[in-house]
Amino acid sequence: MSQPQEFEKVLGQSATGVAQFEERRSGLRKLQHFLHSNPAAVPMIVLVALVIFFGFARGERFFSAYTLTLIMQQVAVVGILAAGQTLVILTAGIDLSIGVVMVFAFVIMGNFVLAYEMPAMVAILAGFLIAGGGGALNGYLVSRLKLPPFIVTLGTWNIIMAICLIYSENATLREADLTAQTQWLHIFGISFKLGGAVVTLGVVAMLTLYVGLWYMLNNTAFGRHIYAVGDDPDAADLAGIRTNRVLLKTYTLAGLIAGLAAWVSIGRNGSISPSTVVTDFNLQAITAAVIGGISLFGGRGSILGVLFGTLIVGVMSMGLNMLGADPQWKVLLTGILIIGAVAIDQWIRKVSG
Amino acid sequence: MKFKAKALAGAATLALLSVAPAMAQDVAACLITKTDTNPFFVKMKEGAEAKAAELGVSLKSYAGKVDGDHDSQVAAIEACIADGAKGILIAASDTKAIVDSVKKAQEAGMVVIALDTPLDPADAADATFATDNLEAGKLIGAWAAATLGAEAANAKIGFLNLTPSEPTVDVLRNQGFMMGFGIDVKDPNDIGDEDDARIVGHDVTNGNEEGGRKAMENLLQINPDINVIHTINEPAAVGAYQALKAIGKENDVLIVSVDGGCPGVASVKDGVIGATSQQYPLMMAALGVEAIKKWADTGEKPQPTPGKAFFDTGVALITDKPAEGVPSIDTAKGTELCWG
Repeated sequence: MSQPQEFEKVLGQSATGVAQFEERRSGLRKLQHFLHSNPAAVPMIVLVALVIFFGFARGERFFSAYTLTLIMQQVAVVGILAAGQTLVILTAGIDLSIGVVMVFAFVIMGNFVLAYEMPAMVAILAGFLIAGGGGALNGYLVSRLKLPPFIVTLGTWNIIMAICLIYSENATLREADLTAQTQWLHIFGISFKLGGAVVTLGVVAMLTLYVGLWYMLNNTAFGRHIYAVGDDPDAADLAGIRTNRVLLKTYTLAGLIAGLAAWVSIGRNGSISPSTVVTDFNLQAITAAVIGGISLFGGRGSILGVLFGTLIVGVMSMGLNMLGADPQWKVLLTGILIIGAVAIDQWIRKVSG
Repeated sequence: MKFKAKALAGAATLALLSVAPAMAQDVAACLITKTDTNPFFVKMKEGAEAKAAELGVSLKSYAGKVDGDHDSQVAAIEACIADGAKGILIAASDTKAIVDSVKKAQEAGMVVIALDTPLDPADAADATFATDNLEAGKLIGAWAAATLGAEAANAKIGFLNLTPSEPTVDVLRNQGFMMGFGIDVKDPNDIGDEDDARIVGHDVTNGNEEGGRKAMENLLQINPDINVIHTINEPAAVGAYQALKAIGKENDVLIVSVDGGCPGVASVKDGVIGATSQQYPLMMAALGVEAIKKWADTGEKPQPTPGKAFFDTGVALITDKPAEGVPSIDTAKGTELCWG
């Protein structure tokens, strides 16, 4: 067998490479790839574009450290809620109750201080317990009873809203009365200056939370499990992830984050009003997450994108205000942004599909 | 407790009486409010229940889930018709759309009284018991102008309104304030068509603290020298004060508001709000229950206040810094009369 047989000679001219896909790398295709591997890029680009646009339109008044930090103060509460919402959405779930959980938590904090005359730390702990408990209830119903998250949280949304109103008799707790008892509830309202920027501790809390969650999602087992469960729960199960436990923990964590939002909210608003339950915080949080590039189908998106998504809404609102636009325009543009964000998400997904 | 025992005893007697066929004259009435979450309507319900217990009227209360929830109100009217009630007290969420349902109730022999919010057209209801919101606005406008004195000519005024849809109370208070302050309002049914140089801008608050704070921050961005703020209600005013306090301007700005709720009056006392126009929801509800009772007994409908299209339940300016030429009462008196 020293010489190849006659028919084998043609092998010398055949291809030796491994089978591969032919890729036409057009500019658009490259962009799609880039966006696919950097899910926070789209909202960041939109955010920067918006800031530049309003910067030109309104000049120095908009493009100042003070205005830009003010926007952060305005979005801090919704931003924190959106972070909690994001964790749930990453598991392919949704938390419609997150806004009323927050309101119930701050009503509890206020009433523990004023009605029961408890020390501030006990009150705050009680608020976190209620919020975490609300989240755990959602998690239990979703993971153990296998009910769809939309249905579960639609139910708990109503239940918690009603309990909150019955319990509180809709009495507003005034800032002066709260402050007379303790400063602790208002701690996130404290601000400090960095040059022209005015930063509240609420903003610091929001940013810290985002950095913490970013680390958790990308560098801890639990964080990667959240993505895995959201992407394909069956595969995650087969890979040895205890999906039920991950779901329970995620919903509970989202509840605790709502507790933090409650505390920050007291700092910002001063007084505590139970009728805030009707404000659509849950939808605002979902809006921020979606605009921030979190896929409602789960398992995709970056938490930092949500921070940009929250800021996009804030920047747009402030910018249009300073241009003297009617408030309706904010509502209209928010709707367009939501649809645009999901359309882009779908397009980016095609890169792998 | 005493009151409750009385009410219980009354209810028990009523129940016994209604069993007796000869006494089947039990007057049933319905109260339909916009929400169960706004303290204003919570108080209105309390006032109606107290009066109903006193007059031996059986009262059923209904409310929308949120402000603007029209469907629940229509369902409530239908339930009242099915119940055979004698009359309905309603604070309508959608003043135009509710008219058809109101007609059905009237055809069923009921008297329909609008509380707080006039229907559109106003005569679709048999009567309207409400605050004169234009007058409420005029009072705080006049107070702000008188308090500033000569400086009023150079005022920088911001408006914190209710919602993007500009409901009638919003328009009336907003335009009333301008009239009281001495601003040419152009079309009195439109917010924002004025060209007075003293107006810095308008924003919406949704009538709560968070919205008030955000809107105030936004207006301060347009012009940081704002020195007069008109707010749609007291929670919005409290939110605005938070925004001013955050930049240390809380003493440089006059904040005026409308409502007269107990937390609001306390805010006037604390100096958070300069002056507020107080309305009387308990009175609206009590008068409404009386009117239904009278209609059931005698077939007589309530009459409007002479010279007005509605029965004016009154409004009073509350401030501890009275201004010359503007009638007002102090916060001590306001606290006695306050609600919520």
